[in-house]
Amino acid sequence: MTSLMSSAELICPAGTPAALRTAVDAGADAVYCGFQDATNARNFPGLNFTPEELAEAVVYAHSKGAKVLLALNTYPPAGQVDLWQHAADTGARLGVDAFIVADMGVAEYIAQKHPEVRLHLSVQAAASSPEAIRYYCESFGVKRVVLPRILTIPEIRQVRKEIPCEIETFIFGNHGLMVEGRCSLTNYLTGQSTNMDGVCSPASDVEYKRDADGTMSSQLAGFTIDCFRPEEKAGYPTICKGRYTVPHRSEAYYAFEEPVSLNLARLLPELIDAGVHAFKIEGRQRSKSYVRGVVSAFRRAVDDIRAGREADIADLVALTEGQKQTQGAFETKKWR
Amino acid sequence: MNAHVAPAVMSRVACTVVQPLLSNVVRRVAERHPSLFARLGPHQSTDYLIDPVELPFALHLRPDPNALLFRAVPRDAAPQPGALIRGKFMLLLELVDAEEDGDAAFFSRDLEVSGDTEAVVRLRNALDDVDGSIAEETADMFGVPGRAILARLRRSYTNNEKG
Repeated sequence: MTSLMSSAELICPAGTPAALRTAVDAGADAVYCGFQDATNARNFPGLNFTPEELAEAVVYAHSKGAKVLLALNTYPPAGQVDLWQHAADTGARLGVDAFIVADMGVAEYIAQKHPEVRLHLSVQAAASSPEAIRYYCESFGVKRVVLPRILTIPEIRQVRKEIPCEIETFIFGNHGLMVEGRCSLTNYLTGQSTNMDGVCSPASDVEYKRDADGTMSSQLAGFTIDCFRPEEKAGYPTICKGRYTVPHRSEAYYAFEEPVSLNLARLLPELIDAGVHAFKIEGRQRSKSYVRGVVSAFRRAVDDIRAGREADIADLVALTEGQKQTQGAFETKKWR
Repeated sequence: MNAHVAPAVMSRVACTVVQPLLSNVVRRVAERHPSLFARLGPHQSTDYLIDPVELPFALHLRPDPNALLFRAVPRDAAPQPGALIRGKFMLLLELVDAEEDGDAAFFSRDLEVSGDTEAVVRLRNALDDVDGSIAEETADMFGVPGRAILARLRRSYTNNEKG
């Protein structure tokens, strides 16, 4: 258990070079980021890195003892793999410490062309069974799997026993209950793909409208997906977190998910004990303020646990979606 | 002067008073942080209306590096914006400086946005990639009094909004 505890890495998000430096300075063991294109699942306007910015970011992170993980975690459309292969070549040339991939073709390319760089299996691959994870390990040399957020801690403990690679779990941010890498809701309304274009609810299709009484509606591609009364907290304008009317309900309700964030601060010791190697903080689309606050809070908590102290759990609810938090499936699968 | 005319006059006077400061601030920011324009992409020519709700005027920003525009405008004379960003003055200032998180302010309903959401997202990401504090750079332009005023505003904001 001691060796596992000493390797509880903190994997932190960076949407910009300034956010990466903020994460490193706040105590990140590794920072994950992506290029300004469809090769990553946060292909948002004004976000992400140019190759030149990534080169400087790698130098900065390495100078402070932190790693840089490059997210290439979308799926190339059939026959259009050049962008992903070029991104992998660029990342390897710039000295990133690992690639986070979901697509088997991208994984195979990197395994063949850049075997010296670690491969991490993205949550976008939705590999949650030992059989699936072993397949990626044996076929492409995957060294770490980012588990979907649908397993209880006893299930994670069991998976750990049956796979030959490290486990990374999300501990804060998006609740992410969908079968990740398979969601087509955005595509259905906007024609753009979360999984191939890297855009969930593209900002160009989002519109907020405010009524005279203060009610705010959020729309995607002209479809209203939620209305918030003046006193209600809001969430992201994603279809999965919209409220809908259905024949068997008298009022609109969250048919898929609620706007709520995952926060596993209180479960860190159990996760470490279950064999989790690395803890991931979601939020490359968030600000430096978020990165600074969340990373420093979890840095302190992990350090406290490593030192055998009770963890100092900062109150992070103000940074959560809908200003609500949950331990989700990690605590129980009966949370709804 | 009736009750409706007085605020309108006050607003125009306030705009006139602060305009030299705004022009100076936006020119300085553009000189010191040229990289932020790349993140704005096609929205360098978007008209942003930034509305600090407790001030007597709004702010019109068009972040075109070749023709920067940042001016105070009376609300009743504001242009039709491509994107509107509304909130309390100090919240907006803290967002510019990445001392507050824009998504969290949106979730709490303290921040209101409308119009072109992509324009808002690009501006947020561009400003978030700026190292250092634009507010402090602005305060520094006025020396000790400027820094004292900023410190007082921040203390007041922290006490009132963050408890």
